[in-house]
Amino acid sequence: MGNDANKQATSIIPTRLTGAEIVWATLVAEGVTDVFGYPGGAILPVYDALRKFPIHHTLVRHEQGAAHMADGYARASGKVGVALATSGPGATNLVTGIATAMLDSIPIVCITGNVSSKVLGSDAFQEVDITGITLPVTKHNFLVSRTEDIAPAIRSAFQIAKSARPGPVLVDITKDAQQATAIFDFEAAKPRAVRPHPMRKVEESGLAQAAELIRNAKRPVILAGHGVIESGAEEQVRTLAERAQVPVALTLLGLGAFPASHALNLGMMGMHGESWVNHAIQDADLLIACGMRFDDRVTGSVSTYAIKAKKIHIEVDPAEVNKIIKVDVGLIGDLREVLESLLPQISGRDGLEWLKKIATMKGDSAVRDIKNLPDSGHLYAAHVMHDLWRMTGGNAIVVTDVGQHQMWEAQYYHHEQPRTLITSGGLGTMGFALPAAIGAKFACPEKEVWVIAGDGGFQMTAAELATIAQEKIKINIAVINNGYLGMVRQWQEFFYERNYEATPMVSPDFVKLADAHGIAGLTVSTRAEVESAVKEARSAPGAFLINFKVEKEDSVYPMIPAGSALHEMIRRPGGKDPLEESLDDK
Amino acid sequence: MLHTFVAYVEDRPGVLTRVASLFRRLNINIHSLTVGRSERAGLSRMTVVCEASAEAGHRIQASLYKLENVVDVDDIAQAPSVTRELALIKVAATPRTRSQVFELVEVFRARVVDLAPESLTIEMTGVESKIEGLIQVLNEGEERVLEICRSGKLTMRRGHHTSGVLKAMSAGEDESAVESVEEGVAELE
Repeated sequence: MGNDANKQATSIIPTRLTGAEIVWATLVAEGVTDVFGYPGGAILPVYDALRKFPIHHTLVRHEQGAAHMADGYARASGKVGVALATSGPGATNLVTGIATAMLDSIPIVCITGNVSSKVLGSDAFQEVDITGITLPVTKHNFLVSRTEDIAPAIRSAFQIAKSARPGPVLVDITKDAQQATAIFDFEAAKPRAVRPHPMRKVEESGLAQAAELIRNAKRPVILAGHGVIESGAEEQVRTLAERAQVPVALTLLGLGAFPASHALNLGMMGMHGESWVNHAIQDADLLIACGMRFDDRVTGSVSTYAIKAKKIHIEVDPAEVNKIIKVDVGLIGDLREVLESLLPQISGRDGLEWLKKIATMKGDSAVRDIKNLPDSGHLYAAHVMHDLWRMTGGNAIVVTDVGQHQMWEAQYYHHEQPRTLITSGGLGTMGFALPAAIGAKFACPEKEVWVIAGDGGFQMTAAELATIAQEKIKINIAVINNGYLGMVRQWQEFFYERNYEATPMVSPDFVKLADAHGIAGLTVSTRAEVESAVKEARSAPGAFLINFKVEKEDSVYPMIPAGSALHEMIRRPGGKDPLEESLDDK
Repeated sequence: MLHTFVAYVEDRPGVLTRVASLFRRLNINIHSLTVGRSERAGLSRMTVVCEASAEAGHRIQASLYKLENVVDVDDIAQAPSVTRELALIKVAATPRTRSQVFELVEVFRARVVDLAPESLTIEMTGVESKIEGLIQVLNEGEERVLEICRSGKLTMRRGHHTSGVLKAMSAGEDESAVESVEEGVAELE
């Protein structure tokens, strides 16, 4: 790393720099401190200039990891994450990570090198049309072939990535543009102000109508999504819920937007949501959707979805309103701003009768599955999630992969704070957790970070263990190991006559694998060992991996089969049997 | 239902792909597409005609606006508008058979713009149905239609100028940016 005073100067006074230096100077001036990347021929000039700038670069083991790290960094911090890769395969390896960020509206900027502008389009070595490839999975992208265009493109990329509905932006810079020089003038490179989407508007009449609907509702439910966190509207949602006494159901990506321990919290909705949450939605006479998009995993069959309910949709993206569910009032704008305008029109409301009814629906299923697991002497993933939650006080940043463990985490780890659950919801990208957790740790070095991954997904990006070792960062890893691609196996069990084709999986000894990276680890196969293992992991100075060998053919309940109505769920077999084991005796 | 999207887009490489890609993703076939310079320097005007449900149409419009290079979008299929299409039609015709074609051209108020020993070229401007009519009659006749080149639908709302381009270009939050855009536009005018 170079001289700080020097760097400050380059970001303020217009100076002649190489394109490569302009890349870093612009990033520094945008407030970037960490980037995740992998070098190669077409991005080498940029790497060569890195030493002059106060930015920490993390060398990943696969560019997909770089994109997920930038993504995890953005989700944990609310800032823009940055990934760097070379042309060709380096760039294409980013694509899964970019698509993951696109589907979950995460602000990241990916910078790729490309071949010289003179040979663009000639199938030169490691040349690929990455702006063409990423066109449908980025919010926008840039192909930059002139040095003087680098700073404006990167500044625009940051603005686009974080404005309105956030998303990934890619800036592809030809090698000759990196090598030539231009005057770097950060101020002059400022992009034009964001043009507001003309269909993004909140009318007074809409606000009045919404307030009227809330006033007259007998059975209202707030549906809180990722937009609550993106917009920073947690307080406003809470005020609305408390003032009008409306219970709050959360989407997977909304978990943490409303405190799990709050009396009005219902929990997660949708395919693996608790039965009373989905029943409350189906019974509701008013849904107040806040920053969510009625994903198919949330609605089940659209034709039977909440047919008794009027719908208010508060959403920043005009293309999302009336896309899946026809709404009665669409308030299209930033959630926090819209709620700020709506709240003065909301007065106290007696919601007791409805809340009582939900409490009845909840009944003893509230103390449910976890206590009713058969005492086979086997370890259940639910136990692990419950104990992790209990022992971390619900305060860790938990980064989950995709599959059964992801749903169990959502059910049993209760999130009180936003940005404490990081997971790939929209794209459902296996292999996301480990690299995303590395990004999250860089964003929040003081926070406890846990990876929870299945044995399948973990192996997709396990190479990033080496990144953890090289960076000497403290991350705790829980591998929920059931020897199957568990969620797919569950679908095969329910819908494909238990034909377990291609789902049994032989894995390496994960503890030995960690050991090979100089990372400590333990295998746990009974409930009794969980607590001490988690304790050991938490107190270990470095990264730690626990290989939880759990019940092999466990399933996630309840489950709404894809395309079924929200109230038609598969319940845990014998779910109401009295428990043998109490929650609190660990 | 038929939609006619009129979009003002930045005149830059790749913008056409971004717009077309939106329709491709929804598996919607574009009936016609015209692109050309508009009244504003640096902005092209696109007219895209396609068949889609009302909901899909709304989504396309909302999604078009989300593209960074798109400045203004209007869906004017249902609005009172002036609509024209230009067609060039090359017909095989010898000196002996030409007169029949000339008659048709006269009836349809088209023009013959090129004449060769074995063929002639007709220029026809009008609404789509009129062009279809001429083509149909030509196809039913003895002379073979050799080539057809159609511009696709060109259309404009009737009456007062309603393009939201100026407003859209200056609707940023940054005052100075607004001013500079307005100045730029004033210079152009």
